[in-house]
Amino acid sequence: MTRVIPVLTIVLAIVAFWYGMAIHMNAPWQERLNERAGLESVAFMDFAQQTWAQDKPVLPAPHQVVGEIWNATAALELTSRRSLAYHGWITLSATLLGFVFGTALGVALAVAIIHNDASDRSLMPWIIASQTIPILAVAPMVVVGLGSVGMTGLVPKALISMYLSFFPVVVGMVKGLRSPEAIQLDLMRTYDANPWQVFWKLRWPAAMPFLFASMKVGIAISLIGAVVAELSNASGGGLGVRLLTGSYNGQTIQIWAALFIAAGLAAALVAILGGAEKWVNGRMGARA
Amino acid sequence: MAGLSYFQLYLALVAALIGALGFALGVPTLGAAPLVTLFFALAALSLLRFWLPFSLWLDGALAVLSAVALIEALPAGPTPIHHWLALIAGWAFAWLFVERLSAAIRAGRLPETGTGLLIPIIFGLSLLVVWEVVTRGANVPPVLLPPPSAIWARLVAEVPTLWADFVQTFIKSVLPGYAIGCLAGLVVAIAVDRSPFLKAGVMPIGNFMSALPIIGIAPIMVMWFGFDWQSKAAVVVAMTFFPMLVNTVAGLNAASGMERDLMTTYAASYWQTLMKLRLPAAGPFIFNALKINSTLALIGAIVAEFFGTPVVGMGFRISTGVGRLAIDLVWAEIAVAAVAGSVFYACVALIERGVTFWHPSVRGGRA
Repeated sequence: MTRVIPVLTIVLAIVAFWYGMAIHMNAPWQERLNERAGLESVAFMDFAQQTWAQDKPVLPAPHQVVGEIWNATAALELTSRRSLAYHGWITLSATLLGFVFGTALGVALAVAIIHNDASDRSLMPWIIASQTIPILAVAPMVVVGLGSVGMTGLVPKALISMYLSFFPVVVGMVKGLRSPEAIQLDLMRTYDANPWQVFWKLRWPAAMPFLFASMKVGIAISLIGAVVAELSNASGGGLGVRLLTGSYNGQTIQIWAALFIAAGLAAALVAILGGAEKWVNGRMGARA
Repeated sequence: MAGLSYFQLYLALVAALIGALGFALGVPTLGAAPLVTLFFALAALSLLRFWLPFSLWLDGALAVLSAVALIEALPAGPTPIHHWLALIAGWAFAWLFVERLSAAIRAGRLPETGTGLLIPIIFGLSLLVVWEVVTRGANVPPVLLPPPSAIWARLVAEVPTLWADFVQTFIKSVLPGYAIGCLAGLVVAIAVDRSPFLKAGVMPIGNFMSALPIIGIAPIMVMWFGFDWQSKAAVVVAMTFFPMLVNTVAGLNAASGMERDLMTTYAASYWQTLMKLRLPAAGPFIFNALKINSTLALIGAIVAEFFGTPVVGMGFRISTGVGRLAIDLVWAEIAVAAVAGSVFYACVALIERGVTFWHPSVRGGRA
């Protein structure tokens, strides 16, 4: 409980600050509206209420965002194209597929790197260099390019997510697979273990904590990759499309709602991985 | 067998046999591509290695010859089958060369510096060669993936445009946003560090925020700060703030209790302890955030430009280039962004080496 109170305090402070900023940022437009309607000298509390209830506010108030999320998820059919749950599911499926691809690729590369000197020397610098290519920035282009050869839908977006999420996995797994100490490797040698046994009984379990730490980073950026990849294909749906259409139409409440859904998804995915981490580490005999 | 491992022997065998096969298939068209034919002949001759000791440099020379021959022979009409065999054999020779080179380095027969750098360079160059040969040989539509030579030609032709985009995106948006975001993160971290209550409250939220898709705030920032560089800088500030905050707070705890006790026995004030012990000790963590942020900042600025921008900027050029199917221009822009990002990262890493020279990771020469 000692952790909950400070966090709650900060969250409350942020919400209060948010309401205050909503008044401040929406005020000019509201004043003009009131002037046109011939309203003079509105009481401050009424004025604040007005700024919190605009249709297209500069900064929507928290309860407007929550209301929009409720209207766009629980109050609509799941399959409706206006439903955020529908768009969230499109983004989530691309994220998960890309994350699975990325983790598999990352683990495979890490295994190749620790078992082969030449691939360590030749691959590692280019894996690092590959991340300086702003793939996130060119993701929409990649999606359009793949679309022009008939690859559309889930897979192009998943490929972007894969490109982003394999990197932390490679780095973490190389570190993890190399983490057994010399004394442990020597023990395996005295047992006359073959390389296969050394890998599965020593290196792989030792790498698990590193793998999970990397996967938590990987799944969060894989979601970012999926959202950004969606920016190019407005007919495909997804949270990225909601952000873009909201931006074109000035629908700020819609943008904020999509953002909060994306944030919630990221938090939930990381939390699920955290739970899996605890379970696996328990099974692997790690100290709690 | 001159000390080849089994893996290297198989590689040598595969390379030589594919070379011999290519020679047999290519004989009817001998005159068309003399260099390719020469490569095939030499590749087949490399079977002699099973009786003679071959230097690893011969494998390297064969790989280089295959690359030169392939690119030189490319424009000659539809690609015959032996061309692809030459590509595979050339790749196998390059791999064999790299394998033997790294084995020689590990055995101490070659110096680590210099020759060690050769291996990643060979990997990158062979990637470019394969890219060039496959895109042009298989007639990959340039809309999908233009060959590197076309990208280079476009890069040279469009220098003024690319420079204007670079100034707009990197100088005007990324650098101010990066400076403000990192500085704000540092200051807030020091402030948070003074109060245990604030620290307990802010840190979980900071960790949470740094895992969220902050890039999604780009449309909001464009609405608030307009289309020009200010909105991009604001996105960069938001993206760089949280990694800096989280890392600095972790770094401020890096000084051990014993060192802090020593400062107490010197009767050092809070600020003296902060400036002379805790901030320097946090150096590696702060530089870690600076390095992460250097690539994040560029990405944030480019993506933010998709949501509205004046008619200049890297993100603008990329999105309109895709619309006009000028993919070679887009790739030229990607190349500029990749070089800018790498140089920025390298600058931060160099400063890190100078500032945190005392840290084990730097002293080990592996930073």
